[in-house]
Amino acid sequence: MLWVVIVAVALASAAIKAAGPVLVGGRELPQRVTAVVALLAPALLAALVVSETFGEDRDLVLDERALGVAIAAIALALRAPVLLAVALAAATTALVRAFV
Amino acid sequence: MEGMESESMKRTGSYLGGARASLPFTLVTLVLGISFGVLARSLGWGIVAPIVFSVIAFSGSAQFAVAAVLGAGGGALAAILAAVLINARFGPMGVTVAPYLKGGPLRRALEGQAVVDASWALASRGGGRFDREFMIGATLPQAVAWIVGTAIGAVSGNLVGNPERLGLDVIFPTFFLVLLAEELHSGRRAVAVALIAAVLALTLVPFTPPGVPVIAACAAALLGLMRSP
Repeated sequence: MLWVVIVAVALASAAIKAAGPVLVGGRELPQRVTAVVALLAPALLAALVVSETFGEDRDLVLDERALGVAIAAIALALRAPVLLAVALAAATTALVRAFV
Repeated sequence: MEGMESESMKRTGSYLGGARASLPFTLVTLVLGISFGVLARSLGWGIVAPIVFSVIAFSGSAQFAVAAVLGAGGGALAAILAAVLINARFGPMGVTVAPYLKGGPLRRALEGQAVVDASWALASRGGGRFDREFMIGATLPQAVAWIVGTAIGAVSGNLVGNPERLGLDVIFPTFFLVLLAEELHSGRRAVAVALIAAVLALTLVPFTPPGVPVIAACAAALLGLMRSP
């Protein structure tokens, strides 16, 4: 059963990744479609940020992840380098998990 | 992005530039790969299966989902479905990079395999543009790290313990936040789309399996169908 799952997931994953490039690539798209595609990036990014910050299986939680991301956001607003902000987020979250 | 690193990341539109920019994520991927190998071994998958899984699927979050479902006693179909839902985000991501890939359908399908979260995000140039070479260059080291990490974890049994202890799980949302902030500069419409997508995703998290909220939130991009103000 494990091998069936492994092969099925690999095939499905490859097909999902291939779909867009095969169906959309190499042709001129109508301008309206291009406008939608251009807005997929902010939509995906926003959804990934909130679901990975506040989502825990099927619950919304406010925990040390939110604190870490918030600290990083403040650092970025203060023009800290990206890698420093990311490191601050991980360190904050790890510290809260270790001591609180 | 304001930092020096990000400036240099952006300027070098090359395979090597992508590989260099991916280094922090490659390290994270290595640690996550080790923990996946350890987890798989603890579930009784042996050594070969986890490594083969990482080679042919190369898909961290989906592989963890499979381990979670099977580890909790779930069936094969449930495990496959969970992985497909988690990976569904690569559909819209593939659409966004599609215009920048090269060659015929087969080659584009192959190049599309280079779409993984960090590389896709690193290769984003704002306003819907993507840097193909940068994305591929960023994915290769991560693929190697994922496979090598899995092998180390599966063989060793237990090295790192839980990567959440290191706070590694917040690295991705933080990085996505950085890129989101950049996307928002491209105009009010991007801001509106991001807000709608965030609300949609948050609303759906309690009611749908993981992966679905992110896919559903893509509907916010339909705002692009409206006439420009």
